[in-house]
Amino acid sequence: MRFVDEFREAELGRTLAREILAAVEPGRHYKLMEVCGGHTHSIYKYGINDLLPENVELVHGPGCPVCVIPMGRVDDAIAIAHEDGVVFTCFGDMMRVPGSNGTLQEAKAAGADVRMVYSPLDALRIAKQHPEREVVFFAIGFETTAPSTALTLRRARAEGVENFSVFCNHVNIVPPLRALMDSPDLRLDGFLGPGHVSTVVGARPLEFIPAQYGKPVVVSGFEPVDILQSVLMLLRQLAEGRCEVENQYTRVVPYEGNLRALEVMAEVFELRPHFEWRGLGFISHSGLKLSAAYAEHDAELRHHVPGVRVADPKACQCGEVLKGVIKPYECKVFGSACTPERPIGTCMVSSEGACAAYYNYGRFAREREVV
Amino acid sequence: MASPARSSLRGREAETRSPSREETVLGIIATARAKRPKFRDERITMAHGAGGKATAGLIEGLLVPAFASPALDVLGDAGVLTVDGTGLALTTDAFVVTPLRFPGGSIGELAVNGTVNDLAMAGARPQALSLSLILEEGLEAEVLRAEVEAIAGAARDAGVAIVTGDTKVVERGHADQMYVTTAGVGRVDARASLSPAALRPGDHLLLSGPVGRHGTAIMLARGEFELGAEVASDTRSLWPAADALLDAAGPGLRCLRDATRGGVASALNELARASGVAMLVREEAVPVDAVVAGAAEILGIDPMQVANEGVLVAAVAPQHADAALAALRGAPGCADAAVVGEVRTDPAGLVIVETAFGGKRVMDQLVGDPLPRIC
Repeated sequence: MRFVDEFREAELGRTLAREILAAVEPGRHYKLMEVCGGHTHSIYKYGINDLLPENVELVHGPGCPVCVIPMGRVDDAIAIAHEDGVVFTCFGDMMRVPGSNGTLQEAKAAGADVRMVYSPLDALRIAKQHPEREVVFFAIGFETTAPSTALTLRRARAEGVENFSVFCNHVNIVPPLRALMDSPDLRLDGFLGPGHVSTVVGARPLEFIPAQYGKPVVVSGFEPVDILQSVLMLLRQLAEGRCEVENQYTRVVPYEGNLRALEVMAEVFELRPHFEWRGLGFISHSGLKLSAAYAEHDAELRHHVPGVRVADPKACQCGEVLKGVIKPYECKVFGSACTPERPIGTCMVSSEGACAAYYNYGRFAREREVV
Repeated sequence: MASPARSSLRGREAETRSPSREETVLGIIATARAKRPKFRDERITMAHGAGGKATAGLIEGLLVPAFASPALDVLGDAGVLTVDGTGLALTTDAFVVTPLRFPGGSIGELAVNGTVNDLAMAGARPQALSLSLILEEGLEAEVLRAEVEAIAGAARDAGVAIVTGDTKVVERGHADQMYVTTAGVGRVDARASLSPAALRPGDHLLLSGPVGRHGTAIMLARGEFELGAEVASDTRSLWPAADALLDAAGPGLRCLRDATRGGVASALNELARASGVAMLVREEAVPVDAVVAGAAEILGIDPMQVANEGVLVAAVAPQHADAALAALRGAPGCADAAVVGEVRTDPAGLVIVETAFGGKRVMDQLVGDPLPRIC
């Protein structure tokens, strides 16, 4: 595939690995956080850790859209799905996320009409095909997916599709990053910034990280070569004593973001005062809901949503994993009670979740390639 | 109270805590993966039909224990029994694909080829099929007639006779147009001594053609993704390929698997588990069509986990591998056959992929169901 294969070239990877080795200061330990679940997935899928020196540690961040959805919201989704006449649509991963009493997949087996879609537009199409049914879309994701939900809503309103609504769980990346920085149990040297989110919001919103917290950021793509190059850029900033936001993913990320996407988001969404994050608790101004202009398409207003806050399962340490405080395998239930087939926590469900990635692609042997 | 000896042990553990914890956990996972899966679900979900982990749990956790028999316990694509000294292979398969017709084939062809292939994987020359139809009230006769012709044509091509059958009709809404079930019987070829137990470290793994075409064809035919591409299903009889391999490798042909639902990943994992060996697959060597790779990339799925209806995996003794590959490439639809990996000793029961990028990872079976009703 053009524009993809180039970024998976093994020779280029080995060259970067050598440069990384040359850029590290012997004896110094580097702890870098990859913000996105997409990064985590690539790191495991391609075995990128095998190409890094022992003293460069990658820590998983909070940027996995499925992972941050709290149990209570899944319960709300299941309650909507069980209402008479509702067709409940969601992305495939969300079907398997456990609420306090089962998953959407189990709700489907028990009679709810739950359908997997690949985009909110698919959900809108179902609504147009079935005007007699109430079609609800379970919207999740960061600024990456929010514009497509916004555009779908705009189209639904323009076409007068009255039986379509959105159960909005969109979130912003900056508030949890700020919460993370303020958290005392973490010491990081730098960040691989969110590539896809930045295509929408640009790199500017990340400037507070070097400015206020003194940590370098490199906005990174998702292919293995992207990630290695970003690690190298971070190490060079550290070596040269620089501290700024750099953009490795220039082929898609404009520094100012995508103004049209931001405009449609501003029209369709507004900030919630608080939103609960799995494992991180409530974070102010971190979640989006539909604006008053789109209230008629707001599933939370059209359907009965229990809205009960459910505590995370005691054994589950998704919160610590999302903050990068512990590695997946350090969680008490990882690999024993919590597996991809029977997940307890969300990090084990999504292929972007740190736990699922580690479980599926975890290295079976620990010997490192000598570079 | 902890004895001094124990607390010093704790101290040591604390120092080396993360690697030892990581190793322990990886060990637990490896053991759990190599074990036979259990069936503990409260209801059947679509995942039980996807050919991945839930399917394995249903089959190996519920069905096999209930019907335990030596022929079934092997968990081959077909059951093999000996009647008056003749080895017979018996298999059955139900087909519920939607849509009924798709580029490259239809439910009728799948119903013949799927069953013929299960026999071929047991090293059995297909002899005869039974055919059972479940029809939905209101089904158009033209649709049925087209499928009956497809069944007849595929049976002719595969050289099998349809010798018995059954039809049932259910009320509208109780089936989706039509479901087809076929059973097949074949005579085990004298050259064949196939079994997962025959796998030896060093054996080569052959793949008969590009992976993921059937699943991708169905996905695109449903029009759920507006991708301007077309892929034809690879549905075909694999007996000519099996025949060619038996000819070229004889007893050096250890085992065959049809890589249907769950794709090559499921086929290899099943083999690794059944035989207690490890498999090493070189990602670069696996043939994948550009369109399939592109669609998989966009949808975030692994082509190795996408269904095929005309791709087999063969394990061949190393000294026979070259001849086997040459013979396989001569079989219809197998021009792109390749050696994609080999059998190893460690880690037993697991499939390891060497990525094109130079790292290694475990290739697991599918969890959940990206695409229901593909065959």
